[in-house]
Amino acid sequence: MSLRRLFRGARLLDPDSGRDGVGDVIVVDDRIAATGANISAEGLGPDVEVIDAAGLCLAPGLVDMRVQLREPGAEHIESIESGSQAAAAGGVTTMVALPNTEPPVDNVSVVEFLARRAREVRLTKVHTYAAATKGLKGKELTEIGLLAANGVLGFTDGVTAIADALVMRRVLAYARTFDQLIIQHPEEPSLGGAGEVTEGEIATRLGLPGITPAAEIIIIERDLRLVAITGARYHVAHVSTAAAVDAIRRAKIDGLPVTCDTAPPYFALNETAIGDYRTFAKLSPPLRAECDRQAVVAGLADGTIDAIASDHAPWDQDSKRLPFSSASCGIVGLETLLPLSLELYHNRHMTLIELLRRLTVAPARILGLGVGRLAAGAPADFVIFDPVARGRVQTENFRSKSKNAPFDGRPVQGRVERTVVDGRTIFERGA
Amino acid sequence: MDPHAYRHRHLLGIEGLTPEDITYVLDRADTYVDVNRQAEKKKSLLRGRTLINCFFENSTRTRTSFEVAGKRLGADVINMAVAVSSMRKGETLIDTAMTLNAMHPDVLVVRHPESGAVQLLSEKVDCAVINAGDGSHEHPTQALLDALTIRRRKGTLGGLTVAICGDVLHSRVARSNIALLNAMGARVRVVAPRTLLPAAVEHLGVEVFHDMAAGLADVDIVMMLRLQSERMHGSFVPSTREYFHFFGLDYAKLKAAKPDALIMHPGPMNRGVEIGSEVADDIDRSLIRQQVEMGVAVRMACLEIMARNPGNGPPVT
Repeated sequence: MSLRRLFRGARLLDPDSGRDGVGDVIVVDDRIAATGANISAEGLGPDVEVIDAAGLCLAPGLVDMRVQLREPGAEHIESIESGSQAAAAGGVTTMVALPNTEPPVDNVSVVEFLARRAREVRLTKVHTYAAATKGLKGKELTEIGLLAANGVLGFTDGVTAIADALVMRRVLAYARTFDQLIIQHPEEPSLGGAGEVTEGEIATRLGLPGITPAAEIIIIERDLRLVAITGARYHVAHVSTAAAVDAIRRAKIDGLPVTCDTAPPYFALNETAIGDYRTFAKLSPPLRAECDRQAVVAGLADGTIDAIASDHAPWDQDSKRLPFSSASCGIVGLETLLPLSLELYHNRHMTLIELLRRLTVAPARILGLGVGRLAAGAPADFVIFDPVARGRVQTENFRSKSKNAPFDGRPVQGRVERTVVDGRTIFERGA
Repeated sequence: MDPHAYRHRHLLGIEGLTPEDITYVLDRADTYVDVNRQAEKKKSLLRGRTLINCFFENSTRTRTSFEVAGKRLGADVINMAVAVSSMRKGETLIDTAMTLNAMHPDVLVVRHPESGAVQLLSEKVDCAVINAGDGSHEHPTQALLDALTIRRRKGTLGGLTVAICGDVLHSRVARSNIALLNAMGARVRVVAPRTLLPAAVEHLGVEVFHDMAAGLADVDIVMMLRLQSERMHGSFVPSTREYFHFFGLDYAKLKAAKPDALIMHPGPMNRGVEIGSEVADDIDRSLIRQQVEMGVAVRMACLEIMARNPGNGPPVT
């Protein structure tokens, strides 16, 4: 017996087709059966569940291509279950986890473990990257062929750069043999290793070791040369500097197979957020100067930056309630991904549909996934949200096990009402 | 003997040989195959001549093959193993060459870990030099014995499609074979992951594949190259398991080739890495043992030809 649902009266936003207008969505079992205006419930047969979405937006579910789940290894900080609950509350219907777990995702058995756990949790769709080098040590290739055959979406060393140029060249050449994507954390470790904040006046006044912004562009420009030699597909994670945006813009004009993403902290905050040694503002890459933040906004607006990914990095209190130098890097981001991204729309940097592209079909395309679209036959993964509802971020209400974010109390506009995956509601506000 | 055949002083590589040169060597080698199958194998063609195997790089198989070849022709064979680590490069190589030259050998067979080193040595001696393998550059007698093996089984080399699979980047066997097969009118393919292919390899006259199913489609000969252990564990390929899964020869991958396609390997084999045992031991389709047999015959032919060339001592009657 098929399950039928009719979602009625929402403003449908589908970046892939360009559709932006009020309409209805029919879901049969796990697929979108049709979209259109004024579909009558009677014509659909008996037992149709009708969900009224008038006044709300209905878009493809968010595709978050950079998330850290701490399972296996540190489930007390975040598990696939709690991370999926957080994702569902954030309107995220597909997320891709980094391989820096314990043990790391560098062989097929860990991939199979994660796939089984995701099936058991059965909320947001969880995929994984695999390590590009064994143990994430930056020296030896992982079994890229076998891992790709087991459904891994790309290869990366997670929160560390693939630093050795020869190793990176071989990774790219070998990955190209299997047409696989390489994702780089762009930070030259010899320049950035001991640093904690962006080099500059704030670092100097606070007495914190600085990381030169050049550490980011040096890796990117080096890697772009290697991409030109090898022809492999290459994705830069969390672009944070103007120089990086410029280099990637030029590389795309030159026809190189390069894509990139950024995370909300890099367009919503600058280094002043560190304030009085706030460890919730300690990130990798670090928060940048205002001119870099503006360049990231411009890069999102003109499409140089293809995707927005949360870079969700959960940490417990023990990891963050420490002097700045000892604190771990990163903030949780799944539940603030949409409201913070909507600031770009509310501040008139982008149209709503263009913004949603960065969160849906663009990352889906980079990853080769058939999601991120509202089309007949596509999986019924979508988010219903109120684009203007006002509120404040309240980290204590996060479904994530970790609450490490500098956004507590920040006024935001935009709120997820319902998240649907494969036709099932996995989150409903107030339920 | 044809006075116009093989007029080169040395055998340093296949590059520079004409198809006529190659055919001449193979024809001479053909006659030695029968000699080697007799009970009485010894000839006196090179009696009184001195052959020195000068190996700067370890090899038991090739050196033994040359030693058997030389002794079957009646020559005095001396084996010299030179430890490279105790040498300073370049200078001592020439010193060694001049020292040997002073002993008036007739043929030097030289193997060296550096590309071009055998040519350098050949410029310093008065006798003939045969390259038994220099670095990643050439191994001409291997290519000649491979060609003889194919020719005896298929009747010809021209028009065949040959796939050379594996670590082409580091392989002198691959380079010599590519040169020889192209010279003799065969079509050559290379099949390997990108990390094991040298830059601009297509300029050598090969079609490049990164997938065994596509690379072996309708080929007549599958030539597997050895993957050295240093390369196996993550520098060029991540693991032997992954390498065998995607690039190792087994019956499943061999199905893409012609039904009568033959299998070759220069040896020594890493079973389960580049080639599966069932395939390697297939009596009908594997030519691996014939290759070794042809090796002695080819080397006898090369020694005979080198020894009788002008400038290499008194003429052989």
